[in-house]
Amino acid sequence: MYPIVKKEKLADRIYLMDVKAPRVAASCLPGQFVIVKIDEEGERIPLTICDYDRENGLITIVFQTVGASTERMARDLEEGDAFEDFVGPLGQPSELCLEKNLEETKKKNIVFIAGGVGTAPVYPQVKWLEEHGVKTTVIMGSRTKDLLFFVDKMEAVATDLHVTTDDGSFGFHGMGTNQLQALVDEGRTFNHCVAIGPMIMMKFVCKLTKELQIPTIVSMNPIMVDGTGMCGACRLVVGDEVKFACVDGPEFDGHKVDFDQAMARQTQYKTEEGRAKLALEEGDSHHGGCGHCGGDE
Amino acid sequence: MGDPMVRVPISEQEPLVRAKNFEEVCLGYTEEEAVEEASRCLNCKNPRCVGGCPVSINIPAFIEQVKERNFEKAYEIISESSALPAVCGRVCPQESQCEGVCIRGIKGEAVAIGKLERFVADWAREHGIKPKTNAPKNGHKVAVIGSGPSGLTCAGDLAKLGYEVTIFEALHKTGGVLVYGIPEFRLPKDEVVAAEVENVKSLGVKIETNVVVGKSVTIDQLMEDEGYEAVFIGSGAGLPRFMGIPGEQSNGVFSANEFLTRNNLMKAYLNHDTPISRGKKVVVVGGGNVAMDAARTALRLGAEVHVVYRRSEAELPARAEEVHHAKEEGIIFDLLQNPVEILSDENGWVRGIKIIKMELGEPDESGRRRPVEIAGSEYEIECDTVIMSLGTSPNPLIASTTEGLETNRRGCIVAKEEDGETSKTAVYAGGDAVTGAATVILAMGAGKQAAKGIDAYFKSRA
Repeated sequence: MYPIVKKEKLADRIYLMDVKAPRVAASCLPGQFVIVKIDEEGERIPLTICDYDRENGLITIVFQTVGASTERMARDLEEGDAFEDFVGPLGQPSELCLEKNLEETKKKNIVFIAGGVGTAPVYPQVKWLEEHGVKTTVIMGSRTKDLLFFVDKMEAVATDLHVTTDDGSFGFHGMGTNQLQALVDEGRTFNHCVAIGPMIMMKFVCKLTKELQIPTIVSMNPIMVDGTGMCGACRLVVGDEVKFACVDGPEFDGHKVDFDQAMARQTQYKTEEGRAKLALEEGDSHHGGCGHCGGDE
Repeated sequence: MGDPMVRVPISEQEPLVRAKNFEEVCLGYTEEEAVEEASRCLNCKNPRCVGGCPVSINIPAFIEQVKERNFEKAYEIISESSALPAVCGRVCPQESQCEGVCIRGIKGEAVAIGKLERFVADWAREHGIKPKTNAPKNGHKVAVIGSGPSGLTCAGDLAKLGYEVTIFEALHKTGGVLVYGIPEFRLPKDEVVAAEVENVKSLGVKIETNVVVGKSVTIDQLMEDEGYEAVFIGSGAGLPRFMGIPGEQSNGVFSANEFLTRNNLMKAYLNHDTPISRGKKVVVVGGGNVAMDAARTALRLGAEVHVVYRRSEAELPARAEEVHHAKEEGIIFDLLQNPVEILSDENGWVRGIKIIKMELGEPDESGRRRPVEIAGSEYEIECDTVIMSLGTSPNPLIASTTEGLETNRRGCIVAKEEDGETSKTAVYAGGDAVTGAATVILAMGAGKQAAKGIDAYFKSRA
């Protein structure tokens, strides 16, 4: 069992947990992820590692409630409870956060664009770079003020932080792409971009950075089951090749990713997920209104 | 007494009943039936069956005990050689192993060795009998990577010799392919697999789940930092192959590993949290045991199922019993046919599969006649789900993170057949990680040989 030593609500529907997982904490690097499973009946869901404390064996995860399992994590799991399973670190570490690449990394003028809950996986990379003396520009975007989190934490590690909201309720009025364009228009130059957030956001960042000729890395978030390369649920097309995001990624050259196909694949279990969510929300009063579960027969 | 040339029939669930549930198809022998079947064994002086068993179970000796109703003694004899008899009795391809060489099989039907082994193991479990060890602890620590058949066997044998063994398993459950791959209707998970794992633990073996060796910790770290003096790699061959045909990334196309993992390990059929795509019309591509398992699972989830295989029935690599069961349950076999493209609708979902017909040409290097496409014979099958069951390769994770561990061009770890020794000192390997996808019993045989090899390694150092 993997005890939850801290739980905090960061914003509307966004939660943070510190989980005791010494083996993961001992070996993880920014860019990697874990797979968690609540209990015997639970599913395996991938979550990016947001922070780690090697000394105390802790891993920080941040999640948004988007379906049955994340709702259950937010509702049922409190400090003192535990995940039945918590495995990692999985995937490749971010290339920017490898000691062997540090000299090259230092020469780069890097901009991070974080969308929504994507702020969580951007944070450890920016933190690692700051600790290793690399300057960063960070654009943190959110739909609205109430969904923003980690502004102070990011402020502390980013060299240059820009916060945006789609509705203008806080910071720059617009999306991350608008902010990037604005910075470029001001004469700023970047030769490396990292974009992490919903697939649609990463797709549009890539469209812009292609025009601006800024090489761009994205962190893909397809459906996963085992997370160790044994099933191919997370496969996606990068350039002309089929890659498994869980072992080859999750970070890829964003200009080569087939986003439309990846987004179509992400919807694969939508009906089932929606059905499970409806059943959960309605609890005992669920009588098959979803039209799938046969509860009304 | 029945005809001694014919084996005692075994009860099975009715095909049309079992096609709708996940309960075990074969119900096993009763005590009376087992004793009667055991009496057909001729107790040969030079038993050919033992040579046909990859772990050399003393078959006539245990059958003799069944005949005498000494079931506990029969279990002891099997346990000397096998760590997983309840599993092997169910999933071994006995027709090409022990039973294939049984002298009874020349004029009549071979003795049902697998079914008798299964009976003895089930009887022992139901009567709370566990394998025994009285070896004193020798103080040496050995790490076993993977809790599949080879790892469990190697760990069990080493524990019986007095070693302190820890198994590291990447998934949240132990058993490898026994839990994620082979379905409940062939191999009950809680009743049989979990009980066999408990038996291995009762020998003193520790198991740590959720450890991905190569990620959570490396083999070098286990040896340098955690005090393990030797390692056995039994990490299997879990990396699925795809065909590389157009449309393969469409929604509704799954590897058999994904489909079976969702159903067996995550218990999607029981409406646990993990969803599974229940197709109306499913095409399974491939002809091995995994293809049969995927097809019969899809059928139980409510689909019409076609198995598309590029050679003819004679070349189907699946066990004869499984093909027979699949047919009885209503699986449709489209033989000498091969997919060339998967067709999808405007939302990216599978709507069909384009197939080309084949004929058998000259034998290839494996001795099997090579299937050749018949030009212009393409046609389409309408379907909403395609399951690719084309075989698997070893996962490169361990080899790529272990200094000095040699692999061949197929990504398999190079290890000596007789003792599992690899290119790296004190590191042994066996099972699918070495051979590529094979059978449960061959993996167990390799685990056994490696346990002997590891023991010899320690003795040579002493």
